[in-house]
Amino acid sequence: MSNRALSPRNWQVHPPALAPAYKTSRLRAPAQALIAMDPTTSELSGPTFGPAQIAASDSDLLQNHKTTGLPIGERIIVHGRVLDEQARPVPHTLVEIWQANASGRYRHVNDSYFAPLDPNFGGCGRTLTDQDGAFRFHTIKPGAYPWPNGPNSWRPAHIHFSVFGTAFAQRLITQMYFEGDPLLDLCPIYQAIPDPHAKARLVAPLDMETSEPFDSIAYRFDIVLRGACSTPFENRPEGN
Amino acid sequence: MTLPDPPKQETASQTAGPYVHIGLLPRMAGLALHPVELGRSLVGPETKDARITVTGCIHDGAGDRVRDAIIEVWQADGTGSLAGNDGFTGWGRVATDFDTGVFSFETIKPGCVLDAGGKVMAPHLCFWIVARGINMGLSTRMYFPQDSQAHETDPVLSGYVPRERRDTLIARREGDTYHFDIHLQGARETVFFDV
Repeated sequence: MSNRALSPRNWQVHPPALAPAYKTSRLRAPAQALIAMDPTTSELSGPTFGPAQIAASDSDLLQNHKTTGLPIGERIIVHGRVLDEQARPVPHTLVEIWQANASGRYRHVNDSYFAPLDPNFGGCGRTLTDQDGAFRFHTIKPGAYPWPNGPNSWRPAHIHFSVFGTAFAQRLITQMYFEGDPLLDLCPIYQAIPDPHAKARLVAPLDMETSEPFDSIAYRFDIVLRGACSTPFENRPEGN
Repeated sequence: MTLPDPPKQETASQTAGPYVHIGLLPRMAGLALHPVELGRSLVGPETKDARITVTGCIHDGAGDRVRDAIIEVWQADGTGSLAGNDGFTGWGRVATDFDTGVFSFETIKPGCVLDAGGKVMAPHLCFWIVARGINMGLSTRMYFPQDSQAHETDPVLSGYVPRERRDTLIARREGDTYHFDIHLQGARETVFFDV
């Protein structure tokens, strides 16, 4: 548990609750402004997880739902670090991911898209960051898929990420996208983010250094959680 | 003197989408992949405090029940400690039912939590709600109706929430069951916090 006060959220980097082009947000966005409060001990603490709950194999989506063989699709490595706003690593924190298979279909009872399920792919994984805040998943590249937002709406390929941090007030769910995807320009969920730099940071670049020759292409995705306020230095007039 | 690098910007939030269950509660989505579903129970067999049930619905702006939401709960134990003990984790994860839209979980009633500076907070549960159509997880709190005296001095309820909206954060009691309905929009819109 951390007792450090957190820095305020930068709302410019987050999509507004109401993003009219994303139809479902119209009835699900609070109409009244959020009430700003200083986080209390309740929000500055949060759950912790350990290796007793998370198996090392949980981060290998090529293996964790295998029945008859390997999943179909481009084999990829997705790796990165969880940091705070001062670029300090967030170690031993839980990272959970979920995604569609290579044909754009989720293994979910409510997904009715007629693209095939892959008997060897579950589409979910989890891991703990190491002492440097680093995480790594082995999976397949998800496919794009249609969704009923408009007459011809397609989600860009993406992987959902859920991250805890050390404080409940750092809790974050986001989506990682892939470099070069033309559907990004057309996606109202992605385009709801007002700040172009914040948008760009959700797009994972190709990382040939981490790619495994004749095996898997790598993408790098760093996640920054809101961080603790830095300590002001009395002897430094410019602040901290 | 070398100044530290400027702070990095936090990562943008995105909706959890309609298939959030395969990531966070895979068994509910029909995926028996992990032996342990994280957050499925807050209490263990050795937890001494008496059990309570918390149940409710999340309503959208049309009054319809949101049937694809996930709620995470974070709370203190009966002594007001957030550290967890006696098999009590303080953290739970629950989804609204695909058919009925109802969520329900078993826990214990928390004690008063001390905030920094010694301020006493009335017993409360922290809620964090994600779903399709919610671009960023919504933070709110549930308080207990029998603690009305403590509510008057609670630093959050009395310190930030306008009096006319406080009852949106107070559950309705029925024996050991507490009903807590959440309204995303409308006349009874629940108070959500920028924590």
